[in-house]
Amino acid sequence: MLIPHPLLGLRDSQEFTYLGDANLMHRPDATAENAEAQFCDYVFQRENPAGVHRELWFHEQGDRSWLVVTRDTTTHEILGAELASNVKLGAAE
Amino acid sequence: MKFSGFKVVKEALTGHKGWTPLWRNPEPKPAYDIVIVGGGGHGLATAFYLAKTFGELKVAVLEKGWLGSGNIGRNTTIIRSNYLLPGNEPFYEFSMKLWENLEQETNFNSMVSQRGIINLIHTDAQRDAYRRRGNAMMLVGAGARLLSRDELKGMVPFLNFDNARFPIKGGLMQERAGTARHDGVVWGYARGADMRGVDIIQNCEVTGFKIEGGKVLGVETSRGFIGAKKVGVAVAGSSGRVMAKAGMRLPIESHVLQAFVSEGLKPTIPGVITFGAGHFYVSQSDKGGLVFGGDIDGYNSYAQRGNLPVVEDVLEGGMALMPMIGRARLLRSWGGIMDMSMDGSPIIDQTHIDGLYLNAGWCYGGFKATPASGYAFAHLLATGRPHETAAAYRLDRFERGYVIDEKGVGAQPNLH
Ligand SMILES: Cc1cc2nc3c(=O)[nH]c(=O)nc-3n(C[C@H](O)[C@H](O)[C@H](O)COP(=O)(O)OP(=O)(O)OC[C@H]3O[C@@H](n4cnc5c(N)ncnc54)[C@H](O)[C@@H]3O)c2cc1C
Repeated sequence: MLIPHPLLGLRDSQEFTYLGDANLMHRPDATAENAEAQFCDYVFQRENPAGVHRELWFHEQGDRSWLVVTRDTTTHEILGAELASNVKLGAAE
Repeated sequence: MKFSGFKVVKEALTGHKGWTPLWRNPEPKPAYDIVIVGGGGHGLATAFYLAKTFGELKVAVLEKGWLGSGNIGRNTTIIRSNYLLPGNEPFYEFSMKLWENLEQETNFNSMVSQRGIINLIHTDAQRDAYRRRGNAMMLVGAGARLLSRDELKGMVPFLNFDNARFPIKGGLMQERAGTARHDGVVWGYARGADMRGVDIIQNCEVTGFKIEGGKVLGVETSRGFIGAKKVGVAVAGSSGRVMAKAGMRLPIESHVLQAFVSEGLKPTIPGVITFGAGHFYVSQSDKGGLVFGGDIDGYNSYAQRGNLPVVEDVLEGGMALMPMIGRARLLRSWGGIMDMSMDGSPIIDQTHIDGLYLNAGWCYGGFKATPASGYAFAHLLATGRPHETAAAYRLDRFERGYVIDEKGVGAQPNLH
């Protein structure tokens, strides 16, 4: 699989390590009333879709940036990649 | 039709005209007491024990493809009970005992072959860890033996003992471990279940559940609605997408695992050899092919095929361990979808929906579990109580903090 890195162009997926569902970026609020249940959900439960999946890849043997890659889990086709920091900042705006 | 040596001789002399199909292909009935979703090893074993051991009469197995089209027909057929943790080891040892009697129980040749497994040791720390594991195995009667480097040299002289990075210092052996014929297991359980009245319905995909007032009433399928008092889901790599139809999320990610087979060779490899440090394990099939594999690809997948980096990684592991493998030609490689759980251990439990039961999370180790998984799931479905060896496999163990993490890597499925 070739991952279209937004800064570095097409890179071999072997340069990356994989973390999982991009929702892992949204760590629950530890001070919330139901924080325990929220953390349990965050740590253990997964959507695990058959189809389009947004997921976190770390460019370990490259520029060490985190990417949010959109990929079809039924075909391995990669539909896009963004810098995770941009996604996070975009979401915060 | 009962198989026996006498029957084989008789058929040989009378032109093989007396063999009959191993199972019927019935039309689905409007309703059953228990419907099993998924006609893989676990689903069929569940149906078999439901009918044989627990006397359930109205049982159906619904399979979206053909029997054996899933992981049960794709795995590398290793059976073993060399686990460490108390939640796991008694269960896998129970499974091993069922394997030892499987052919008598199903009257079918599943080619169970207890040719032994050796886990290789490269460091003192690893020897300590394996000694501990061996002790845990002996506690439940699984048997274990620590092998010295010299003993190993006598048994498997073709290994590269002086690899610069991973010199071989010894091994942990379980003599009762080995391999079984995966298709033979499917067919034996399917035939045994069918003979006892279970309807095995192929080409019947479950597309939804009918749930009212928190209770399951049946399943929607590609062949119409089928009513059921209880529904047991055993769809392995498809667990996530099937349970999503009941509105559930699971502590599971689906990942692809690849396997490989070489051309047929004369007998060279005595049992199963695992080289964990190099992501490689190998055995030799009765036909002579070297059957081997390594780690999962490592990213979510439902594609039933992997990518080249892992092919390279596995073959490098093979070359490092036994350079002679480089002379063999690779015949085929393939992939299957693993239901990787958050602690690497399985789930056999009821769900919060009344009458809906789940059997999942088998990762890359569910073949060896097939008999015990079927037995324990049947026990749960028939009696409402977990089987004593599967009592730890609860769905809520994650939120309660009772994870069974053999590898100790945490909630990171691609590392288990
Ligand atoms: C390459 C590879 C190597 C492996 N090696 C080993 C090994 O050496 N030792 C070991 O112990 N384990 C091994 N495993 C793991 C083992 O094969 C699995 O854990 C085990 O087979 C899973 O249980 P099963 O047999 O019931 O799964 P499956 O055979 O996958 O059965 C699930 C069935 O459910 C059906 N299904 C899915 N969705 C639906 C639906 N909606 N409706 C109806 N039916 C549906 C599927 O078609 C499938 O037939 C390996 C797996 C792979 C892929």
